[in-house]
Parts: sequence; C-alpha cells; structure tokens
Amino acid sequence: MSSAISELLNPQCVVINGTFKSSEEVIRSIGQELFKLGFVKDSFVQAAIDREKVLPTGLPLAGGFNAAIPHTEIEHVIKPALGMAILKKPIIFQNMISPSESVPVSLVFLLALDQPKAQIEMLQEVASVLQNPKLVTELIGQDNVEGVLSCFED
Amino acid sequence: MDRPKRILVACGTAIATSTVVARGIEEALKERGIIVTTRQCKAAEVKSLVSDADLVVTTTQVPSDLGVPVIQSLAFLTGIGKEEVIEQIIELLKD
Repeated sequence: MSSAISELLNPQCVVINGTFKSSEEVIRSIGQELFKLGFVKDSFVQAAIDREKVLPTGLPLAGGFNAAIPHTEIEHVIKPALGMAILKKPIIFQNMISPSESVPVSLVFLLALDQPKAQIEMLQEVASVLQNPKLVTELIGQDNVEGVLSCFED
Repeated sequence: MDRPKRILVACGTAIATSTVVARGIEEALKERGIIVTTRQCKAAEVKSLVSDADLVVTTTQVPSDLGVPVIQSLAFLTGIGKEEVIEQIIELLKD
C-alpha cells in the first residue's frame, strides 16, 4: 500500500548527501529538481527562499532532530509534489513560531501545493511523520533514496 | 442548541500549515464530542476576520490586541504539548 507521501514524492527530488551551507542552498537544491521535472514554475525556488526569510518554517521536534517545511504561494506551482532533504549535518532554519530563534534542521520537506487546503492527506502524513521521533530518526539514518522511500511504505 | 464555536486558524500563507492545524483541531475536539467550525487565514488577515471568531489558533506571530483569546502553538504539527493545547482550547471555548 502506498501512502499519500509516496504518491507525491519523486525519487529525483530526494536529496541525501548534499553539502549545504544555508537553508537557502537546501531549498534551491530540492526546488531545482522539482522545476526540472515540471512540477513548479521557475519562480518557485526564489519564492520559497524569500518566504522562508519572512515566514520561516523551522519546527523543533521531540526526539532530538528537527524539521522544516518550506513552501510558497500556490501561483508558483504547476502540479502538486513533495521534495525532501536529509541533512546529515544540520542546517539552521528559523523557528516558525518564533522567527528570531534558530533551529538546526536535519529533515526538510519542500511542499509544492497548487491549491489552498488541498493535499490534506499528504500534509497530515507529513505532520504524523514529524510527530513520530522513531520514524524521523530512521529517515535521517538513510543513505539512499530507496531507503527513504521504504520508510513511507505501509 | 448553540451554534458551533468558531476557531480562526492562522499561519503564514493559509495553504499548508493551517490546513494541518485546522483538521487536527476539528478531529481532536470531535473525539471529545465537541463540534467546532474552523476557518483558515493568513496571519496578515487575522485582524480583519477575527470579529467572527471565538478563538484564534496560530502557528506564527499575530497582533496581540485581537479581543478574543489567542493560542500560539506548533503542537498540531510537532505533537509537542498537543494534549495540553487541546485542553486549553476546550477551556477557552467554554461558556
């Protein structure tokens, strides 16, 4: 059985062994893959980077690892998709609820949504991943895309 | 019967985060036998929409002088402190 995450997550848009210096580089790396595959417009990457500066998406989680869920307004998206990065060396994002606070992030879900309030199942699955420290730890330990995808099965 | 209480759910763009939060609130309260209606909005819209709401739940910064209670929390995304926030919502919606 496949999950809503698996349906929207393209293997080419899962970044694992990247070396990044900033949240901007992480977003650019995943976002470029979404663009190459035709899921988003060429304005998407910059829109996601700009939005992150004003309305950051870093989320401190239970269990030691943290996440971020960058996204944009719907106008930059062609069809819904999900990209991911596993950051072996955490990268600083700012806290969604308290933007002056830095959050070292190991897991990034880049959301490309083309309608407000849509893809609810996928969004709820992302939230349930974030609320599951065992699964977050398992994801961050993966060394290849197949391993990441297998975490979302069943 | 009284009308269902109205919760205004705010986040940055009213696309992703508030969708998860609104659904999370509805489901958690429904499990406890409480029916509420939620409306999603951008943080920047809270002030113009708040007159219709009994409570604001937000994942980002909103103005403080809204005239209704405000809960600022990431609990419906991260799970941290979720039970406490649900209890707090129920308490604030009483009367």
